[in-house]
Amino acid sequence: MATVVVLGAGIAGHTATAFLKKELGKEHDVIVISPSPYYQWIPSNIWVGVGRMKVDQVRFPLEKVYKKWGVIFHQAKALSIHPNGDENTVKPFVMAEYTKEDKAGVPLKVEFDFLVNATGPKLNFEATEGLGPNGFTSSVCAYSHATDAWEKLQQVFKKLENGEKQKIVIGTGHPMATCQGAAFEYILNVAYELKQRKLSDKAELFWLTNEYELGDFGMSGAYVRRNGYITSTKIFAESVLAENNVKWIKRAGVKKVEDGLIHYETLAGEYKTQEFDFAMLIPSFAGAGLKAYDKLGEDITSVLFAPNGFMKVDADYSPKTYEEFNIKDWPETYQNPGYKNIFAVGIAFAPPHPISKPQTNPNGTSIFPTPPRTGMPSGVTGKITAQNIAAWILKGDDSLKHRASMGKMGAACIVSAGFNLFKGQAATMTVNPIVPDWEKYPDYGRDINYTVGEIGLAGHWMKLMLHYMFIHKAKGYPFWWLIPE
Amino acid sequence: MENKNIPKVYYEESYPPVPTKSVKFWRSCVLWQTYRFFVLNFKVMKIVAFGHN
Repeated sequence: MATVVVLGAGIAGHTATAFLKKELGKEHDVIVISPSPYYQWIPSNIWVGVGRMKVDQVRFPLEKVYKKWGVIFHQAKALSIHPNGDENTVKPFVMAEYTKEDKAGVPLKVEFDFLVNATGPKLNFEATEGLGPNGFTSSVCAYSHATDAWEKLQQVFKKLENGEKQKIVIGTGHPMATCQGAAFEYILNVAYELKQRKLSDKAELFWLTNEYELGDFGMSGAYVRRNGYITSTKIFAESVLAENNVKWIKRAGVKKVEDGLIHYETLAGEYKTQEFDFAMLIPSFAGAGLKAYDKLGEDITSVLFAPNGFMKVDADYSPKTYEEFNIKDWPETYQNPGYKNIFAVGIAFAPPHPISKPQTNPNGTSIFPTPPRTGMPSGVTGKITAQNIAAWILKGDDSLKHRASMGKMGAACIVSAGFNLFKGQAATMTVNPIVPDWEKYPDYGRDINYTVGEIGLAGHWMKLMLHYMFIHKAKGYPFWWLIPE
Repeated sequence: MENKNIPKVYYEESYPPVPTKSVKFWRSCVLWQTYRFFVLNFKVMKIVAFGHN
C-alpha cells in the first residue's frame, strides 16, 4: 500500500487529489493537508467582490467531499518536508500543525511515499508597506478578502450617491506582482456596477499596473484575430478600458500605501503618488514558506526550493537573458530533480524565468509581472501529476509519460465585464501556447488560429457555465472527470 | 469626473479604438451571441484537448 500526501486543496491540489483517488481506489491512501476547511473557486471571487455572489456560492467544505471519496483530510498547515526521514523515521514525512479550532497548534507528522506540493502562493502583502486588507487596500485573492472588498466598495457607492466624488484605483500592488487578469476583471466589474447605478460620472477609475504595456498580463502580451486584423492585446486592453472610462498608469511599481495615497516608482525612475478612496491591488506572490531538512536535521531548503520559496522542478533554472528564454526551459513533469517522489504543481512550482521581458529602472527597481500559473495550468499540472504517480504506483512505470509544459499548453482567460444574463459581458481571450514559442511561431509567438480576443454576452455565459461546471467537478458529482481542466 | 470642456485628444485613453453602436448591438444580440457561445466553446475545448498528453 502506498501513501500519497497532497499539500493544499486549491485548484491544483484538489484536482490532483480527485484523480489520485479515482485511479488508486481503496488500495492506497491519499492524504490531504490544507489549512482551510474550504475549497474555493477563486475565479468567481470577482463576483463576490462586487456583491453579485455570496461567499457560499464560491466555496464548500472539503471534509464531506473527502469523506465520500475516501481521502484522509487534515485541516493543518504544512511546515516542513523531511524527504529522507529523520533519525527515528525511515520513511519521508511532512511536519504540519493543525489549524482547526479544537486542535489549533497541535503538531502533525505524516509519512509519505509520494508528495504533491500544491500549497499555492503566500499572498505577500508584507512586501509592500500598507498593502492589503490589514493595511489600506482591498484584495480579491481570497473569498474573505473579496467579502471585505465588497463592504468597502458599498461605502464608496453610498458616498457617490450622496454626490461625493470618489477615486477608485485597481491593479497591481507590487513592482513584480502577477495575476493582472483578476484585477482587470475587477475593474471592469466595478465599472459595470457604477454604470448600473448611474454613478459613473462621479467616479474616477484608474488602472495601475506594473506592465510595460497594457495587455501584457505577465505573458508578454499576445496577438489576437479581431475584426479582420491581427491586433496586440495592448490595443485590446486599452480599448476595453477606454470604453469603460478607465484611465491607466502603466510601468508603475507600488512601493508603499498610506491612507488614501499610493506611492509608486515608474520605469523611468520617477517617484510618484496616486490618491484613492478605494483601492484593490494584487500583492506579490511568494512560496508558502515550507522548510526542508535532511535525515540529520540539516536545513536543505535551498535544495528543494528556489530563493523565492517556490519548489524546484524539472525546469532549466540557469540564468538567461530575455533573448535566450526558450520554451524548453519550462517544466513538463513537475518532478523535483533531487527527490523523484516529490512533485510541485500549480503556483507552487518555481518557474524558470519570467515570460514578460524583465525591466529595471535607473534606481535598480525591477518593474515587470512575474509569470501567471493560475487557473487552467494549475488544473492541468495537478491532473498529469496524479496520473504519473498512479502509473508509478500501480504499474511500476516511472517514465512520467503524462506531460504538460506551459510552452505547449494553451489557456483560456474569460475576463468578466459585468454580471447579468442578458446585459452581462466578458472578454474571452485564448492563447496557445501560454509561453510564446518564437521558433515554431516566428510571427506572433503563438498559434494565431487558436488565439481569440472577443467581447460579448457569450463570454459571460461561458464564465457562468465554468463556475457551475467546476464547482460540480470539485464536489465530485456524477461524471466529474469528463469536465476538462 | 470628466471635465467636458477639455477636448478628448492627447490623452492616452483617447487613442485606442472604441466600439460603435453596431458593435455594441452584436455584442449583446442573444441570437448572435448564442452562435458565438458554441464557437468559443469549441475553440477553448480544442486548446484544452491538445494542450497536454
